[in-house]
Amino acid sequence: ASQQLDTFSSTALKLSLCSRVGKFDGKKTERQCVAHKIYVKKHIIDIFSVLIFLIVYHKRSPRVGKFTEDILLNFLKFSNFFCHCEQVHELFSKSGDVKRIIIGLDKIKKTACGFCFVEYYTRGDAEHAMRFINGTRLDDRIIRTDWDAGFKEGRQFGRGKSGGQVRDEYRQDYDPARGGYGKLAQQHRPTEVRNSF
Amino acid sequence: MSRRRHSDENDGGQAHKRRRTSEPIEIEDRLESLICRVGEKSTSSLESNLEGLAGVLEADLPNYKSKILRILCAVARLLPEKLTVYTTLVGLLNARNYNFGGEFVEAMIRQLKETLKNNLYSEAVYLVRFLSDLVNCHVIAAPSMVAMFENFVSVTQEEDVPQVRSDWFVYVVLSCLPWVGKELYEKKDVEMDRLLSQIEGYLKRRVKTHVPMLQVWTADKPHPQEEYLDCLWAQIQKLKKDRWQERHILRPYIAFDSVLCEALQHNLPPFTPPGHMPDAQYPMPRVIFRVFDYTDAPEGPVMPGSHSVERFVIEENLHCIIKTHWKERKTCAAQLLSYPGKNKIPLNYHIVEVIFGELFQLPSPPHIDVMYTTLLIELCKLQPGSLPQVLAQATEMLYMRLDTMNTTCIDRLINWFSHHLSNFQFRWSWDDWSDCLTVDLEKPKPKFVKEVLEKCMRLSYHQRIVDIVPPTFSALIPADPIFTYKYPDESASSLPGYPMSITVSNAIKNRASNEEILTVLKEVPNPNQEDDDGLFLVSFYLLLHEKFICAVLSFSYTSPFFDYISFSVPPDEGESFNPLKIDVFLQTLLNLAAKSFSHSFSALGKFHEILKTLANSDEGKLHLLKVLYEVWRNHPQMIAVLVDKLIRTQVVDCAAVANWLFSQDMAHEFTRLFIWEILHSTIRKMNKHVQKIQKELEEAKDKLEKQQHKRRDSGDDEDMDKNSEDEEGQLEEQIERLQEKVESAQSEQKNLFLVIFQRFIMLLTEHLVRCETGSVDISTPWYKNGIERLQQIFLMHHATIQQYMGTLENLLFTAELDHHILAVYQQFCALQL
Repeated sequence: ASQQLDTFSSTALKLSLCSRVGKFDGKKTERQCVAHKIYVKKHIIDIFSVLIFLIVYHKRSPRVGKFTEDILLNFLKFSNFFCHCEQVHELFSKSGDVKRIIIGLDKIKKTACGFCFVEYYTRGDAEHAMRFINGTRLDDRIIRTDWDAGFKEGRQFGRGKSGGQVRDEYRQDYDPARGGYGKLAQQHRPTEVRNSF
Repeated sequence: MSRRRHSDENDGGQAHKRRRTSEPIEIEDRLESLICRVGEKSTSSLESNLEGLAGVLEADLPNYKSKILRILCAVARLLPEKLTVYTTLVGLLNARNYNFGGEFVEAMIRQLKETLKNNLYSEAVYLVRFLSDLVNCHVIAAPSMVAMFENFVSVTQEEDVPQVRSDWFVYVVLSCLPWVGKELYEKKDVEMDRLLSQIEGYLKRRVKTHVPMLQVWTADKPHPQEEYLDCLWAQIQKLKKDRWQERHILRPYIAFDSVLCEALQHNLPPFTPPGHMPDAQYPMPRVIFRVFDYTDAPEGPVMPGSHSVERFVIEENLHCIIKTHWKERKTCAAQLLSYPGKNKIPLNYHIVEVIFGELFQLPSPPHIDVMYTTLLIELCKLQPGSLPQVLAQATEMLYMRLDTMNTTCIDRLINWFSHHLSNFQFRWSWDDWSDCLTVDLEKPKPKFVKEVLEKCMRLSYHQRIVDIVPPTFSALIPADPIFTYKYPDESASSLPGYPMSITVSNAIKNRASNEEILTVLKEVPNPNQEDDDGLFLVSFYLLLHEKFICAVLSFSYTSPFFDYISFSVPPDEGESFNPLKIDVFLQTLLNLAAKSFSHSFSALGKFHEILKTLANSDEGKLHLLKVLYEVWRNHPQMIAVLVDKLIRTQVVDCAAVANWLFSQDMAHEFTRLFIWEILHSTIRKMNKHVQKIQKELEEAKDKLEKQQHKRRDSGDDEDMDKNSEDEEGQLEEQIERLQEKVESAQSEQKNLFLVIFQRFIMLLTEHLVRCETGSVDISTPWYKNGIERLQQIFLMHHATIQQYMGTLENLLFTAELDHHILAVYQQFCALQL
C-alpha cells in the first residue's frame, strides 16, 4: 500500500495544482490562470468531524477488550475516524459537483486524522454545502464546515503537536473512533486507559 | 434586503440607540428593522404593535417618506407570508395621511410593471395580492380593483400567445380571491360573476396535454394529482358556494375597522397587462401534490379538504415561508413550526406535504434537493415528539404508491430517504417492507429498496448495511464495492493479456515514462487484425441495425439523420484501435490505483497522454468505458466519478458516454439509478461547457463595443486611434475564434441529444414491436422505467432541448413514430405553449 502511495501521492499534488486551470481548454493567458487560481481557492472548504455516539463503536468491535496499540490501529481502520473519501465525496456532491477532496493527514504517521478539504467548481455549490451539509451527520458524526483560507503545501497535515488535529490534543473524553483519549490525556494517564477495559 | 441582518442587529438595545443618535442612516435602518419585524412573536398584541408602528412611521413621514415607501414595497414583494399585517399597516397610514396612501399605490404599480418586465412572475403575484388586500383596508376602491382583474382576464382573449401567459393572469386573479373575494362580491357582484364565467370558459377550453408529464403518480387513487388551475378553480367555486366565508387568513384590519372605514380610498390607475414578448418566461404549469387527507391525521384538528380554500391558503403561506427562508434552514424550520393559526390545523401534516410537494415538483424543485433533506432533519430535531412519526407515515404511504410513481420522483425519494436515514443511524423498520421480497426484483418496490440501500452504503460502508437490514433482505443488499481485477495472479495466466499486464504493472511501479509504457504496449497483439471475419460481421450487424431503425422511422437512407449518429464505425480505424491494449493498460492501472478516489484520479492524470492515445477513436472510447465498468462494476459511485474525470480531461467525449450507457454491454444495468445519474451529469457538463464559452463570447463582444464607443468619443488623437484599432483587431479575431468554438460546442451538444434520443427510440421501438408481434402487454416495469427516463431527459434539460426542437421534430419525433413515444415529446412541447 505504501508503495502505491509513493507512486501517486507526489503527482497528485502537482497535478491538482495544474488542474486548477479551466478544464475544457488549456489556452488561457497566464494572467487568467493566476486569477482563476485565486478564485478557486475561495471554494475550498475545511471539514472537521466532531465526536458523537461513542457507544456505537464499542458495540461494533468485539476485540476492544485488549487495548494494545496494534488492536487499536486495526480498530481505527474499521471505524470512521479514517473517514473514507468515498463517503465524503458522496455527501458533499449532494450540493454540487465536487472537484477535489484532500483528506487531512496526521503529520507524523501520515494517516487520516479526521478533517479534509472539499473543493467545488463553483462558489454557489460551495455555499450550498456550507448551508445544507454543515451540521448534518455522516456516519453518525456531525460534520462541521468552514470556509478555508486557501490550500498551501503542508495544510493537508493536522496542525496538532502530536501530528493530528489540534482538537484531538486537548480532548479529555474517550472516543475510540478518534483514537481513544486526547493526545495529552493519553500521555498523562496511560494506565487508566488500560483499566477502563 | 437582508432580513437576518436586521433581526440580529436588533436583538438588544434598539431603544437605546434611538435616543443616543440621530444620524439618518441609523434611523433608516431602525425603520427597516421595525417594519420587517412587526408581526413576529412579541409580548404585546399584534394590533397594538401595528398601532404603535403606524404612529412611529407617521411621525417620520415628513423626513423619510421615500425610504419608508421603498421598504414597504420591498416587504410586499419579499415577505408575502405577512401580507395582511402589512396591508393593515398601509391602511392605518392611509387613514392618517391620505397622500402617502396614494403615493404608495403608485409605487406598487410601478413595481408591478417592473417585475413583469423582468419575468419575476411569482413576485408579481404577491404584489397583485397585496394590492387586492388593500381593498379590505380601505386603501383602494373595489371597482378599480375589479377593473384591473377584468384587464387581466382579457388576456385570455389574446390570440397567438402561449397558454402559459394567459394561465398566469388567470391564476393571479383566482389566487387573490380568497383574500378579497367577499369584498368585491359585495360591491360589484354582476361584474364579478361575469369575470368568473369568463374564467370558467377559458379553463374549459384550455389544453392540458402537459399534465401526465408533471404528475407524481399515474394513478388517481387515493388522491388525484390535479392541474394547479383546475384545483384552484374548484377551491374558489367552493368558496363562492360558502358565500366567500374563509376562516384561515389572519385579518388584523378587522380590529381597526372603525378607523379604516373612515379613510378615503384611491382608485388604481388603469393597468393594461404588458404585451407578450417572445423572450418572456412565464411560470411552468404545475400539478398539486397531495398525500394526506383528514383520515390520515386522526388526532387533533381536522385537515381541510383538498378543495377547501383553507388548504390553498395554508399551502400558499407555507410555500412563501420556505421561499423566504430557504437559505437558513434553522430559521426556516422554526418559522414553519410557528405558523400562525397552527392550533386550528394539523400543521405537521401540512408541512410534510408541502415539503414533499416541492421536492417532487417537476421538472425541477424550486430549491436544491439537499435543502429539503436538511430542512426535514431540522424539523425532526425541533419537534422530536411528533414530526418524525408524520414523516415516517408519509414515507410509508409513498412506498405503498411506488408502483405508479414517476421515476424522477422515485429518484428524489431515494436520495432523500437514504440521506435522511444516514442522519438517524439508519433506524428503520425494514421488516414492514418485506412484501417487496416476494415480488419480481424488477418491480418498483424492490428496486427502490435496493437503490436506497446502495445509497445508504455510499454514506456508510458495506458491513454496516449488512448489519442494519434483516438477513431476509440479502438479495437487495448491494455488492461489496471492491475492485474486480482480470489478471490477479497465475490463475489468469491463460488469458492473452496476462503476461503483458505484469510487464505494464512493473513499468508503472518503476515509474516508467509515458513513452516507455507506450512502447511496451505496442507489443500487445491486436485480436481484431487476426479476426477480420468477426469485424466484418460486426459491421454487417450494425448495418442491419441501421436499416432496422430506418424501416421503423421510415427515413430514406440519405436522410441527414445519419450525419448526426456516431455509430461506432469499424473500418479504417482497425489499426489504432486495439481492445486488448486498452484492456491490459486500464485494468493494470486502475488495479494499482484502486485504493482510493485520489489514487485513481492521480493515476488517470499521470497517464492522461496514454489514455488519450489509446482512446482516440470512437470505438476506443467505448471500449475504455467498458473496461472501466468491468473492473468497478460493484462500485457504481467509483464509475460515476471516474467517468466524470475522463470527460473533464477530454479522454472520452459526452456522446461516447451516452453510446456506452445505451450499449448492449450495459443493457442489464439499464434500469439502475447510477446509469441515469451518469447520463444527466454528462449532459449537465456539456451544457455548462456551452454556457461557459457563450459567456466568454458575450464578454468579448461587450468589450469590443466599449472599445469602439471610446474611440468614437475620443475623436482626433491619431496615436490613440491606431492603438485602439490594433486592439479592436485583436478583439475581433478573438470573437471570431470564440464564435467558432461556440458553434462547435453547440453542434456537439446537439449531437449528444440526438444520440440519446435516437438510442431511446431504438430501444423503446424494439420493445413495442416485440410486444406487438408477441401480443403481450407493453407495460412491463422495464418499459415504464424506459419511457419515464425519456421524459426525465426532456424535463431536466428542457431549457437546452428547446433550442433544438426544430431538429428533433424533423429528424426523430416525426409523425411516423410510435404514438407511445411521440406522446412524451408532445407533452414536453405543451409545457411552454
